Amino acid sequence: MMRLLRQRKGLQLFGLMLPGGFWLIVFFLLPIAVIGAISLMGRDDLGSPTLPLTLDAYIEAFDPIYLELFLFSLWLSFLTTIATLVIAMPVALFITRLPKKWRNTMVFLVMIPFWTNFLVRTYALLFLMRANGPINNALMDLKLIAEPLSMLSTPMAVWIGLVYGNLPFMILPLYSSLEKFDWTLIEAAQDLGANTSKAFFRVMLPLTAPGLLAGSILTFVPAVGSYITVELMGGGKTTMIGRVIATQFGTAGNWPLGSAMSIVLMVIVTIAALLYFRAGRGERIAL
Amino acid sequence: MPDTPPADCAVELRDVVKKFGDVTAVDHVSLAIRNKEFFAMLGPSGCGKTTCLRMIAGFERPNSGEVYINGEAQGATPAFERNVNTVFQSYALFPHMTVAQNVSFGLEMRGVAPADIKRRVGEALDLVRLPQMAGRYPKQMSGGQQQRVALARALVNRPQVLLLDEPLGALDQKLRKEMQLELKSLQTQVGITFVFVTHDQEEALTMSDRICVMSQGRALQVGTPVEIYERPNCRFVADFIGETNFVDGKITGIEGEFATVQSAAGLRFVGRIDPAPGQRPVAGTAATLSIRPEKMVLADKRPDASANAYEVKVISVGYVGSDTRVVVSLGGERVDVWEQNSVSTLDPNYFFRTGETAWLTFKPDNGLVLTA
Amino acid sequence: MSTPTSGTTLGFKRRSQPLIPYETAGKLGRFGLLSIALLTFAFLYVPIIVLVIFSFNSARTGAVWQGFTLSWYEKMLGNERLIEAALKSLIIAGVSTLISVVIGTLTALAMERYRFRSKPIWDGLLYMPVIVPEIVAGVSLAMFFGLLSGGIRSIVTALTGEVPDDVDVRGFFTLVVSHVAFSMPFVYLTVRARLADFDHALEEAAQDLGANEIRTFFRITLPLLMPGVISGALLALTLSIDDFIISFFVNGKGWNTLPIYIWSALKQGVTPEINAVSTALLLFSIGIVVLSLVIQRRQT
Repeated sequence: MMRLLRQRKGLQLFGLMLPGGFWLIVFFLLPIAVIGAISLMGRDDLGSPTLPLTLDAYIEAFDPIYLELFLFSLWLSFLTTIATLVIAMPVALFITRLPKKWRNTMVFLVMIPFWTNFLVRTYALLFLMRANGPINNALMDLKLIAEPLSMLSTPMAVWIGLVYGNLPFMILPLYSSLEKFDWTLIEAAQDLGANTSKAFFRVMLPLTAPGLLAGSILTFVPAVGSYITVELMGGGKTTMIGRVIATQFGTAGNWPLGSAMSIVLMVIVTIAALLYFRAGRGERIAL
Repeated sequence: MPDTPPADCAVELRDVVKKFGDVTAVDHVSLAIRNKEFFAMLGPSGCGKTTCLRMIAGFERPNSGEVYINGEAQGATPAFERNVNTVFQSYALFPHMTVAQNVSFGLEMRGVAPADIKRRVGEALDLVRLPQMAGRYPKQMSGGQQQRVALARALVNRPQVLLLDEPLGALDQKLRKEMQLELKSLQTQVGITFVFVTHDQEEALTMSDRICVMSQGRALQVGTPVEIYERPNCRFVADFIGETNFVDGKITGIEGEFATVQSAAGLRFVGRIDPAPGQRPVAGTAATLSIRPEKMVLADKRPDASANAYEVKVISVGYVGSDTRVVVSLGGERVDVWEQNSVSTLDPNYFFRTGETAWLTFKPDNGLVLTA
Repeated sequence: MSTPTSGTTLGFKRRSQPLIPYETAGKLGRFGLLSIALLTFAFLYVPIIVLVIFSFNSARTGAVWQGFTLSWYEKMLGNERLIEAALKSLIIAGVSTLISVVIGTLTALAMERYRFRSKPIWDGLLYMPVIVPEIVAGVSLAMFFGLLSGGIRSIVTALTGEVPDDVDVRGFFTLVVSHVAFSMPFVYLTVRARLADFDHALEEAAQDLGANEIRTFFRITLPLLMPGVISGALLALTLSIDDFIISFFVNGKGWNTLPIYIWSALKQGVTPEINAVSTALLLFSIGIVVLSLVIQRRQT
């Protein structure tokens, strides 16, 4: 038996890949196929999916209202990614410049939010910014405002929430990438006459691009499909595609529509990921 | 060229071929390594020497041909069932185990009793002169010490053959020289066959009983260091081992063991010819004369010798302390001549000067006419 | 993390060199970087710190400080439903982590050590759970399990002739399965990264010394892989305990996990008790981070 196993590499491989492969196919691909199927179905009055197959759900998904929502979600996620990038880059740079002892402490400090429950963190922000929250109360106590500022339920609030939530996911890959960067290359560039910005754009940026892209994907994707942040920070007024999808499967009871939207969302995300793989070298996420 | 197998040999490769995809790493190699021999496999990177070693160890299986250890064909026997042990290039010491645990690993695998294990590990560490290191971890030790642990780990199992894959590569010059001597005396002490892979020809010449020179998957020549050095059988071996001068030309005459080669410039050289069995070179065959720099003599005046005497022009003189390396121009061709400084070099007239003419000679016996 | 060990760079030691040389940018540039960094850390931590502080606030509503109290923590510990939810989270996390680790490690071994034609497809597939938005995963699993329930109902009906009352597979089983599905790829990535750096010569050395494949794996490969496996396990554990969206869509009667509990509590209104629970979760996360760093330090 051992001899058979030893010589049949195919058998070994099969055995090793079986559990993972099974799990992925049955509990990941298959469910997606299911909603793919549902997205192609019509629905009856109760909201249950019916045959025959139809593209009605997709047509409904691209209805101007929903289309606007899609675009809004993409736009907001894009802004989130840019904002986190702009904030994370200096922070990551800062950390790489510190002496070793301080660096470890800083990384530790970044990792805590990274590993803390996302719901808890978003709640913390919500708590802070509520009408009845510490900021408003402090401002009123200081007689700077008469009435509490309504900071939540606006697109701005959702944006802040998204940036806040995703910041650690951008800092760590960036830092990881910068840490491996060979600074003597900058020296060489400067020796050859490049000023600071040229050195940054022509040498540093291209070489740290994989880390940048990794962080961007890790920020953009959760942002587009975000549910928790939208629900907590957007109140009822500002909403994004993730929340709408959830509603279709909940109160709105329009499974085919929800499925169609999910599929569209997935396509968008897959395209973004492919772009990443094409552009970068598919660097592994440093966890 | 295939080696004639003697009566009992420790390791034998018979017409072994190993391919990796389209690349032929080992191309019909046949070798016989004798018992208690210190055998070196020498060649540049990619020549197939390490692949041969791995096939003996059992990490690769030949596509065709067979590996014999002590007369037994190994076939598909996996590495852990073979009675050979390897010292890896990177030492491959288990980082999560102490030195003692590393060394005892092989004995553990074979089910040796704990009391015996302890004793034998102690003996092995004494053998490599690391008696106090049993409780240390590999990362706490220097490169030289790690290498000795790797040796102990292999030798403690009393294998029939010890395989060493460029073990001295990571050491600095001084340590290398020390270890070369140590390895050699260790082998005599322990009395088993050592098969040693290296790309450093000096190392191979110093340590081995016999050397196999390989290139591009083929075994070019097997012989003692002296044989390989003085009588290379082809251009590659002559070039790879030590330094030599080559002059290309055609054979114009053969007399017994000697042949005359005429270069394109019309100069004639007489040297030994050692044809491979079954070959009979004739006049007109393309050939190369190989003559080593230290075998030539530079003189002021024309020597008496009839053959191999040429007037040359000195191009440069290099002083290396122990010898002087002169580059001369012989009919437009550049020739290196090395002379040992056996007298004091303080004499102002000792050295030739650039631009001077001189006379270059060598004995026909020291020149080799190569047709391969 | 620091200077290169080989001498292949031009003899330069790699230093943490500022991008802008000190001379040209002067203190202003460095100050700018420092201030941005400090502001960012403040941004990250102030909400959390405020949250923690107000978990000790004796006021029931509002964020006006009225006095220090531990009563919310007492309330939290006395809250049966909350404790139950916490326990459920731990159980599910524990079981799913165990399964994830085994599956993830096996898969990493397969992908790193073997060559086969369909590998790029699997590479992509294994990356997908990392990339697919949680909402889509949650929704699709909900539909899938619904279908499964329906299928089981039909089978039972066909076999026994009776229509069972309420077949719902959702609950422990679906939670564990779903958690494994999304955390396994993370374990896989972590272990695979470790495997990539693994010195293959060590396994050959073990075999050279007489250990067959199984013994080599358990004596050499696995022990050396352990830090990576444990990192992956901690990651899987955290992902499982923190998960809300997928659990929300996939859970069944009586299997509310802690995040789900917190969510429903939030829907009913903000109370300091929620702050207390959040602080507890925060401490738990910090514990995990410390643990993972300790492990990392052990291996260097």
